[in-house]
Amino acid sequence: MTQPQAPKTAAESEHPIAPFLRMDRMPHIWCPTCGIGTVVKCFATALEGSGIDLDKAAIVSGIGCTGRVAGYMNLDAFHTTHGRAVPFATGLKLGRPELNVTVFSGDGDLSGIGGNHFIHAARRNIDLLVVLVNNFIYAMTGGQNAPTTPVTARSSTMPFGNFETPFNLPHLAESCGATYVARWTCLHIRRLTRTFSEALNRKGFRFVEVIAPCSTLYSRLNKLGSGLDLMRFYHDNAVIKHGADTREVAIGFQDTITCGKFVDSPRQTFSEAMHEHYTTQLGERFVPMPEEGGWIHE
Amino acid sequence: MKADPLGVLTGVHYLDGDHACGEGAMAAGCRFVAGYPITPSTEVVERISQRFPMMGGTFIQMEDELGSMAAVVGASWTGTKSMTVTSGPGFSLMMENIGLAAMMETPCVVVNVQRGGPSTGLPTMVGQADMMQARWGSHGDYELISMCPQSPQEAFDLTIDAFNLSEKYRVPVMFMMDECVGHMTEKVVIPEPDSVDIVPRILTDQAPEDFLPYRVNGKSVPEFARAGDGYRFHSTGLTHDEKGYPVMSAECQEQSVHRLIEKIRCNASDIIRIEEEAVDGAEVVVMAYGITARVTRMGINLARKKGIKVGFIRLVVVWPFPEKRVRELADKIKAFVVPEINYGQVVLEVERCAAGKCSAICVPHGGGGVHDPKTICEAIVRAAK
Amino acid sequence: MKYWRKPLDLDRVTVPHGTVVIIEDRCKGCGFCVEYCPKEVLRMSESFNRKGYHPPEVVLEGECVNCNLCEMICPDFAIYCVPVGENQDAAAAAGR
Repeated sequence: MTQPQAPKTAAESEHPIAPFLRMDRMPHIWCPTCGIGTVVKCFATALEGSGIDLDKAAIVSGIGCTGRVAGYMNLDAFHTTHGRAVPFATGLKLGRPELNVTVFSGDGDLSGIGGNHFIHAARRNIDLLVVLVNNFIYAMTGGQNAPTTPVTARSSTMPFGNFETPFNLPHLAESCGATYVARWTCLHIRRLTRTFSEALNRKGFRFVEVIAPCSTLYSRLNKLGSGLDLMRFYHDNAVIKHGADTREVAIGFQDTITCGKFVDSPRQTFSEAMHEHYTTQLGERFVPMPEEGGWIHE
Repeated sequence: MKADPLGVLTGVHYLDGDHACGEGAMAAGCRFVAGYPITPSTEVVERISQRFPMMGGTFIQMEDELGSMAAVVGASWTGTKSMTVTSGPGFSLMMENIGLAAMMETPCVVVNVQRGGPSTGLPTMVGQADMMQARWGSHGDYELISMCPQSPQEAFDLTIDAFNLSEKYRVPVMFMMDECVGHMTEKVVIPEPDSVDIVPRILTDQAPEDFLPYRVNGKSVPEFARAGDGYRFHSTGLTHDEKGYPVMSAECQEQSVHRLIEKIRCNASDIIRIEEEAVDGAEVVVMAYGITARVTRMGINLARKKGIKVGFIRLVVVWPFPEKRVRELADKIKAFVVPEINYGQVVLEVERCAAGKCSAICVPHGGGGVHDPKTICEAIVRAAK
Repeated sequence: MKYWRKPLDLDRVTVPHGTVVIIEDRCKGCGFCVEYCPKEVLRMSESFNRKGYHPPEVVLEGECVNCNLCEMICPDFAIYCVPVGENQDAAAAAGR
């Protein structure tokens, strides 16, 4: 573990989440009322209670505001290129199968430039937990239209309002083969933490979408107030429908946000299928990659 | 250390360059390959996909080249030697993540079986027009290593060297084959595992509390820690400090770029590999690489019959370029003649290093075939005047 | 039900108590903790922290039940609760 700087007050190092954070990089760069920090707190709490060996847990992020999560978590963390967190995580997982790999990235990174990798990893059921923080916009670069921006919402590249149909991400994930699909908002801290706990102990391609407020870009460009106003909006407009048909959970502009666990149907992961298949086809000749990975040494 | 016997297909084989390259990778200890099919490179991964399950390797055919390169960088961080294989159009797609590998200092090998370009070009026919792209393809300042085999035997041998250099300097190595060598079938001798020397991934022996992922301590490269060994390090494509944390300052940028460049430039003499023949006393020196090197020998023989003293330098490692040797020779000879299956790429380096002291004559070829030795001979004759 | 029945374990179940710890210099004044504390223990203070934000302050001393909602919802890791009182186990249990 990298040595943290001496905390400024005694209270800092006692914050329950301190062991999971790079305390020498606090305070983080996220804006006031940004929801990403809340998602990180829920994730870290779930990780703590999950019993997973933290030395074998790895975080991979892409580029963007949510992409900065890797930089703040005290785990083996990789801040990779835009949209390529999922294949990078695939390589990490396949190179050392015992790792527990989580991809933490934003809506633009994962469903825009990273869309192709997202759908194929889901199709293959690669054993990854993908946490997509959805603030409906490309925030880091100044508020451009994203594949999740609701119709009529304004952004810097759709100054007269968005006319493109956005993704319904849970539906996309389910139809591509994800075995665990859930959505919460930043307000649903306990349920989100429970979902993370549940997902961390599953295998296969698990997808958790978290709706987060973006005060500096999405909220400001659409005159929705601050992040707190958006949280109040989630309070009044989020409905919980476990097991809902994912075709019906699309999000309109300032419309109902359907939350809950939509899909929980495990199936064989990529690695399990690979092992089973090669064992059947090759019998004794099959030499699987060891769980500790393909590192060759004396 | 010696090679893992599971990966070494000892014996005398009749293989094409692609297959030999795949065998070289397996002998070198590569155990993760992510690829995407593209002619004329696909045979490399086809062979690997057949043999990997028998040696603890994992092959995954990714959805595109971008994913392939990203997966290779990710797998390399588990300590597993990783490789991907492509040709021109895929090489262009991989560039961003090659830059990521260079920035994160991730050892890996990228095989480019060059074909005619630009764009879709001539998928099944030879080209050598990606040589500059191998050096400058990704944005920003970085240095890497590039090698060119001239035969299937070399495709085997040099792939092992490529992995070794990649480990030693923690840099992605561009293995620049061409379609001719890739699809040419020749005798390939694969030795016993005990005769194959490989450089393993060396891990740091520092404790996690003391370890900084990018601290060099006066050496060329930092020490490596695998993901999952408890080091809890952070690595990023952003300009970073010793801890791997992003730092947005010109000072950090200078330190970072300086080290990435110098680790290759300062060790150039260890990395550069050329084969010289009859260079001393020559009037004209011909420089070639890959399949063109074999064609060139015929051209040189024709020129020697005309009485011209011709020397020959074959580039085995193309990047870093043997600047010092070219500068030395520029004082002594009339001209360099550089035949290549492109419209002049490596010749630009020769011209730059010759600095006007002698001429650097390009013998271009658009691609789709190899030079006619007579063309090379004529160029030599013109150069000797 | 016509009558409220007295719970049988009334003497064993106690309300947990906690203390709020605020890391002022990390706060960005978002107001989530103030808004969502179920006991309305907090309000935004008039003072400034080092960065110029108004951190929260405790106004209802002794009302905190160590539910840890503020700790979970704070995006800046700037607030948390510690259990206090005779029944520290129950207080801790309420929070975890």
